[in-house]
Amino acid sequence: MESIHEETTNVEVIPGNWKAIDPHEVKNEIILKYPPKVARNRSGHIVINKKVDDENYAEIQANARTIPGIISQRGCCYAGCKGVVMGPTRDIINLTHGPIGCGFYSWLTRRNQTDPSTSPDGHNFMTYCFSTDMEDKEIIFGGEKKLKAAIQEAYDIFKPKMIAIFSTCPVGLIGDDVHSVAREMKEKLGINIFGFSCEGYKGVSQSAGHHIANNGLLIHVIGLDNTVREGDYKVNLLGEYNIGGDVFLLEKLFEKCGITLVSTFSGNATVDRFANAHTADLNLIMCHRSINYVADMMEKKYGMPWIKVNFLGAQATSNSLRKIAQYYGDKKLIDRIEDVIAEEMPAVEKAQAEIRPRLEGKLAMMFVGGSRAHHYQELFKEIGMITIAAGYEFAHRDDYEGRHVLPKIKVDADSRNIEELDVQKDPEKYNPRISERELEARERHGVMLKHYEGMMPNMEEGAYVIDDISQHETEKLIEIYKPAIFCAGIKEKYMVQKHGIPLKQLHNYDSGGPYAVYQGAVNFYYEIDRMVNSKVWEHIKAPWEKSPELAAMYAYE
Amino acid sequence: MLLRHTPKKITERKALTVNPAKTCQPIGAMYASLGIHGCLPHSHGSQGCYAYHRSTLTRHYREPVMAATSSFTEGASVFGGQANLLQAINNIFTIYEPDVIAVHTTCLSETIGDDIPQIFAKAEADGKIPKGKYVLHANTPSYVGTHVTGFANMTKAMVDYFAMPNEHKENRLNIIPGWVEPSDMKEIKRIAGELGVRIILFPDTENVLNGPQTGKFTMYPKGGVTIDELKKTGSSRGTIGLGRLASGPAALALDTKCKVPCEILDLPIGIKATDRFVDALRKMAGVNVPDSINIERGQLLDIITDMQAYFYHKKVGLVGDPDQIESLTEFLVSIDMLPIHIVTGTKDSNFTKKIESLTQDLPCKVNVKSGGDMMLFHQWVKNDPVDLLIGNTYVKYISRDEDIPFIRFGFPILDRIGHSYFPTVGYKGGMRLLVKILDALMDRQDRDSPEIEFELVM
Repeated sequence: MESIHEETTNVEVIPGNWKAIDPHEVKNEIILKYPPKVARNRSGHIVINKKVDDENYAEIQANARTIPGIISQRGCCYAGCKGVVMGPTRDIINLTHGPIGCGFYSWLTRRNQTDPSTSPDGHNFMTYCFSTDMEDKEIIFGGEKKLKAAIQEAYDIFKPKMIAIFSTCPVGLIGDDVHSVAREMKEKLGINIFGFSCEGYKGVSQSAGHHIANNGLLIHVIGLDNTVREGDYKVNLLGEYNIGGDVFLLEKLFEKCGITLVSTFSGNATVDRFANAHTADLNLIMCHRSINYVADMMEKKYGMPWIKVNFLGAQATSNSLRKIAQYYGDKKLIDRIEDVIAEEMPAVEKAQAEIRPRLEGKLAMMFVGGSRAHHYQELFKEIGMITIAAGYEFAHRDDYEGRHVLPKIKVDADSRNIEELDVQKDPEKYNPRISERELEARERHGVMLKHYEGMMPNMEEGAYVIDDISQHETEKLIEIYKPAIFCAGIKEKYMVQKHGIPLKQLHNYDSGGPYAVYQGAVNFYYEIDRMVNSKVWEHIKAPWEKSPELAAMYAYE
Repeated sequence: MLLRHTPKKITERKALTVNPAKTCQPIGAMYASLGIHGCLPHSHGSQGCYAYHRSTLTRHYREPVMAATSSFTEGASVFGGQANLLQAINNIFTIYEPDVIAVHTTCLSETIGDDIPQIFAKAEADGKIPKGKYVLHANTPSYVGTHVTGFANMTKAMVDYFAMPNEHKENRLNIIPGWVEPSDMKEIKRIAGELGVRIILFPDTENVLNGPQTGKFTMYPKGGVTIDELKKTGSSRGTIGLGRLASGPAALALDTKCKVPCEILDLPIGIKATDRFVDALRKMAGVNVPDSINIERGQLLDIITDMQAYFYHKKVGLVGDPDQIESLTEFLVSIDMLPIHIVTGTKDSNFTKKIESLTQDLPCKVNVKSGGDMMLFHQWVKNDPVDLLIGNTYVKYISRDEDIPFIRFGFPILDRIGHSYFPTVGYKGGMRLLVKILDALMDRQDRDSPEIEFELVM
C-alpha cells in the first residue's frame, strides 16, 4: 500500500480541506504497522466520528488494557488515586506505603495550587512527600510494622487531622493489610486515618485509582460534619483540581453569582470542606471521569442530584451558569447570572476578535485525560480552530459516547477488581433535595440530571476519536495533518515539538493558567496565539538549508 | 512558608521518610539505557513506573524520552509477567524498530520473581528477537538502593551482555562517565580528545538528551554508544570509571570478565578531581597533557584566585547523589568554602567516611548523613544557617523559606532550562560552577547591602 503520508506531503492540509484525506485510509495505514492481533485491538479504539442514529455515535473501545510494548500515555492506579484525586487536598498527610519512587514522582509534580491562608489552622502538607520508603527487609518480612511506626512519627511531628495511606504495587503482593493498620492507628491517635488499596497494577489506567479514591472519600470523610453553611444556592464542585489556579477563578465567579461553594473535590480543598459536602443542594461535575462515582453515590446516600458542567470556554461557562440557574428556577439567581455574563463577556469578545483572525481555521489535536480532551475543544472553537482528532488517556465509553451507553458497557475482569460500593440511603442524613418524580425522570426544570452527552456529539463527523493513543498513532497523525497545535502531556511534549509543532500540556498547562471561566478563556486564547504564532518555528531551517546552491568564488582546499 | 511544618527541633525518625533525597532504581536504569544508540528502554512493571520515569526525565532534560512498558495488570501480578514481556518484545521490534531493548525490572516484577533471562531465552526460541537485534536486562528492584544503583546496574548489564573478552588489546580506553548530564559526557569525550586518547564512553547520552531542534523527530537520535562499541570494550587497554557508585560496578565487571584493568575515580568535578582524571588518562594512555588542557586548568585556577575573597569561609549546605557530592565537597573545601551540612539519600557508609576525611580540617562542625532526607537537611539548616544551598530543584522550597541563596545542581532540575547543554565536569565545568556560585552570592549581596555600601565595582 502506498503511504498516505507520501501521497499527501504535496497536499497542503489547509483549513477546509482536511476532509480531503480519507480518514479510513489513514486508519488503515496506521494499523498496518501493527502485528495482526494488535491491529485488531487498536482498530476498535480508533473511531471515525459518525452519528449512527438519533441517540448513538460509533462505538469505541475504551477502558481496556493497554497492550504490553505499546507506548501509551497512561499511568497507574496509584497515580489516579494519590496524584489526581487526593493529592490537591492540603491538610491531609498523604503517606505513600512502598519503595521511595512512587512518593517521589508524585511530589509536587502536578501544578495544583492551594491557599492555606484561608484555613484557620494554616495546614498545608502538599509541599511535602511522605513515604515509608520500603526496603528489601520489609518486602520479605512485611511492612505493617514500619507503616505503623511511620504513622506514629508523622502524627508526633506534624499533628495532622487526617492521614491517608496509599498502597503501591508490592504492598498488595506481600499482603500488608493497610486498612487494619489504619484502623488500629485511628483508634490509638484519635484522628481520621484510612488506607487506599490503590496498587499500581489495579485496573488498566489511572481510572481505577479515581474510583478507589472516590470510594474512600465517601466511606471515610463525606458526612462527618453536619454543619450547614449559609447560602441560598449551595453546590459542590466535583472533578476540578485547581491546576494553575482554575479554582480560584471559579470561587470568585460563584461568589459573584451568589452561589455558595460548599466544597471542591479537590482543588484548593480541605478535609473539613469534604466532611460537610453532603449538606450542599447540588453536585456539579467538571471532570466526569475522575469523580462521577462520588456524585452517584452521594445521590443514593444523601439524595443530592448532580449535573454536568464545564467551565472551560466562555460560552461553556455561560451555559453552565445558566444550567445551574435553571435548575434552581429562581428568578433572583437567573437575573444575577445574566448580569454576571453580561459583565464578563465584553472582555472575552474583545480578546476573541483580536485573536481569531490569527488562528481561524487552524487544526488542533488533543489527547489527554478523561474530560479535558472534550472540554478544551470549546476553547479552541471560540478562536476558530478545528479539533480534527481527540481522545482520552483513561476515560470510558460513556465519556465518549454519552452516559446512555452505560447499560451496554461490558464489565471486564480488570474493572470487576475495583470495588463497587453498595450504597444505601443514609438513615439519618438522606434528604431528597428535589421531588421523587424529578429524580426518577432525571430532569428538573428542563435540566437533565445525571446526564453527560460525551465528547463525540461535540466533534465533527469524520474527525478522529482515538482512545489511549499510542506513540506510533500520534506520529502518524502529526506527519499527515501537521496540525497547528497538539495538546497532550509532558511525555509527548518534546516528541511533538521536535516535529516543529507546538504542544500545549493540558494536564499541567505547562507553566500557564488559569484557563477556567471567562478570564481563563482569555488567558488561553493568548497562550495558543503565542504558541502557534511564535517566531521560533520560523527559525528551524537555516539559510543554507533553504537555498543550498553555492555561489562562492572559492573554497578551502 | 512553604515547608511551614518542619520543626527546628530534630527528632529521630526510624520509619518515616519526609522529602526524600533519592528516588528508585528503575529511573536510573532508564537513563543509562538511553545512552545506548538505537535503544528503547523497557520497564517490566505496571504502567505507572514508566510514566513516572519518562515524565521526570522529560522534565529534567526537556527532550523526548522514549520507553515502553510491560503494562502489568492484576492478572500479570498474580501469574507472572512472562506473557507480557514476550508480547512487548514482539510488539516493540515490530512497531518501534529499535536495535536493542534494554529491560529493567521494578518492585512489582521483582516481588513476583520474574526471571528475565529465562523470558529472553523463550523470546529467542520463539523467534521474537529479529536477527541483528539485541536485548539486555538489569535487575533494578525499587526497594534496594536508589536511582544511582539503577544507573550502575544497567551500565554493568551493558558489560555483562556485550563486552567481549579479547587477549589482543587495542590502544583505547573505556570511560564510564557516571550519572552526569549529556553535556558532561560530551566534555569528558572532549578532554580525552584533547589528550589524543581514543575512548569508548558508555553510556553516552550526548545527542540523545540534549538534541537539536531540526523540525524532524527521530525516535532514535544520533547519539549513544553502539553495540559494536560495547563489544569492543573488552579489548580496550583499560577502563576509567568515574563515580564510585554509578560506574564502579561496570568497571569492575569489565576487569573480571575481560581482564581490562580499571581505575575508579571520583567524578571530575572541581580542580583536584579533574586533575586526577586527566592524570589517569595520561598515565593509562601514555600521552602528554597538551597545552590546551594546561590553559584550561590555568584559567580555572585564575578565576578561583579572582573569586577567592568572596568564597572564603562561606558556609554551604549541599544535598545530592554520593558521587557528585563527594567531588563537590572536595571542590568547595579547595576554594576555602565551608560545606557544613551534607546529605545524600543513598545509603553508603563510604560516603560518610569520605566526607569526614575531606572536611576534617575545617574550623567548624560538619553534619553528614547518608540515607538522609531533605527534611533532616532542612532542620540542620534551620539550626545552623548557611550562606548557600546546593542541590536539586526541591531545595528551592528550603531556599525560599530560609531566604538563602541557592544553586541548582544534580537531579532532577525541573524548573530551569539549559543545564543539560553546559558541563559541570572538567576545568571548564568547574569554571561554570564557580560562576554560578559567585553569581548567587553576589546577587544576594547586591540585594541586601545598604545603599551606602552598594557598590558598582565588586
